Amino acid sequence: MSFINYSSREINCKLVYYGPGLCGKTTNLQYIYNKTKADAKGKMISLATETERTLFFDFLPLSLGEIRGFRTRFHLYTVPGQVFYDASRKLILKGVDGVCFVADSQMERMEANIESLENLRDNLTEQGYDLDKLPYVVQYNKRDLPSAVPVEELSEALNPTRVPEFDAIATSGEGVFDTLKALAKQVLTELRKGG
Amino acid sequence: MTNLSAQLVMYEEEVRQIQAVADRLQQDSRARAILVVDKNGQLIAASGSASDLDTTSLSSLVAGNVAATGGIAKLIEEDEFHGQFHEGKGISVHMTIVGRRVILVVLFDKSTTHGLVRLRVKKASVELAAVLEEVAKKAESPQVNVFAEITDQDIDNLFND
Ligand SMILES: Nc1nc2c(ncn2[C@@H]2O[C@H](COP(=O)(O)OP(=O)(O)OP(=O)(O)O)[C@@H](O)[C@H]2O)c(=O)[nH]1
Ligand SMILES: [Mg+2]
Repeated sequence: MSFINYSSREINCKLVYYGPGLCGKTTNLQYIYNKTKADAKGKMISLATETERTLFFDFLPLSLGEIRGFRTRFHLYTVPGQVFYDASRKLILKGVDGVCFVADSQMERMEANIESLENLRDNLTEQGYDLDKLPYVVQYNKRDLPSAVPVEELSEALNPTRVPEFDAIATSGEGVFDTLKALAKQVLTELRKGG
Repeated sequence: MTNLSAQLVMYEEEVRQIQAVADRLQQDSRARAILVVDKNGQLIAASGSASDLDTTSLSSLVAGNVAATGGIAKLIEEDEFHGQFHEGKGISVHMTIVGRRVILVVLFDKSTTHGLVRLRVKKASVELAAVLEEVAKKAESPQVNVFAEITDQDIDNLFND
């Protein structure tokens, strides 16, 4: 749910990175944080376990330029991917404006990807959203690993509706900003339609 | 009943009124700072020494906290908890949900008491709820969409600097 403030002339939008445990959601945000100029970002907050698994969420506020005199701000969130944190994932999805599904390209994570994507759909439906109507992109992460499944195969299994999709290696940053830009663009385009 | 998933649009008039409520509450309760935060974690107004604070981070965490306790309330079939209080050594935090969609946060220290804060928050909540009703009403009648005119070029430009 975007928030338009005519007083401070700001638009705020919420983007959520979703996907199975260890697929690289937090790594995406860390890369974006590290590569963004100080004046365009706020503090990154990670509510994580001792072993650096996301416990509740990561949060990164970004401030892009202006559109028609309105400063555009994006609030990036990641969900905890581990299956048993489902209640927390539902909370993070509240008020979402756009979703990035981060898939783990490794063969052995295929089932986890499919399960997480179904979980995303279910949780959105429960909140009254429809994934097919939301701004939505898919990222195939960990392309550097030897057991990475060919993209065509991933695409067939995880992106039947053919939304914009991107190869990525979040640890080195490859594909990270392309993914973010594509999602942010969709969200702003949605705003044009009148949200 | 307000539509909670609808886009939140705040016009100058309402933001000014919310700001006035926050300013008054800050003075009457002798609090350090007041934050008015949307339940999704976006800051609507701040008053007092809020400028020394990382209000963006605070807003997101406050909303996460309220969402989590709201989740707990649901599980134990309690109606949403209306407020929360965290007592610190130096600064304490009082949070109240107003009109189901806004969180009123009061940060205060030893120069006031929890009792006084609670009392003043009650009054401010009523005023805030009235403004939020206005916001909801306005949202129901069609407004001009200033973004209807944005072009692909405008959007592209955002990413090219
Ligand atoms: N080789 C490789 N490793 C990656 C890549 N992206 C992330 N990783 C690693 O995968 C591990 C998990 O990454 P995280 O970003 O913490 O995963 P997450 O999706 O946030 O996991 P949860 O918080 O449990 O949901 C870390 O050790 C990362 O360094 C990648 O593209 N290639
Ligand atoms: Mg994580």
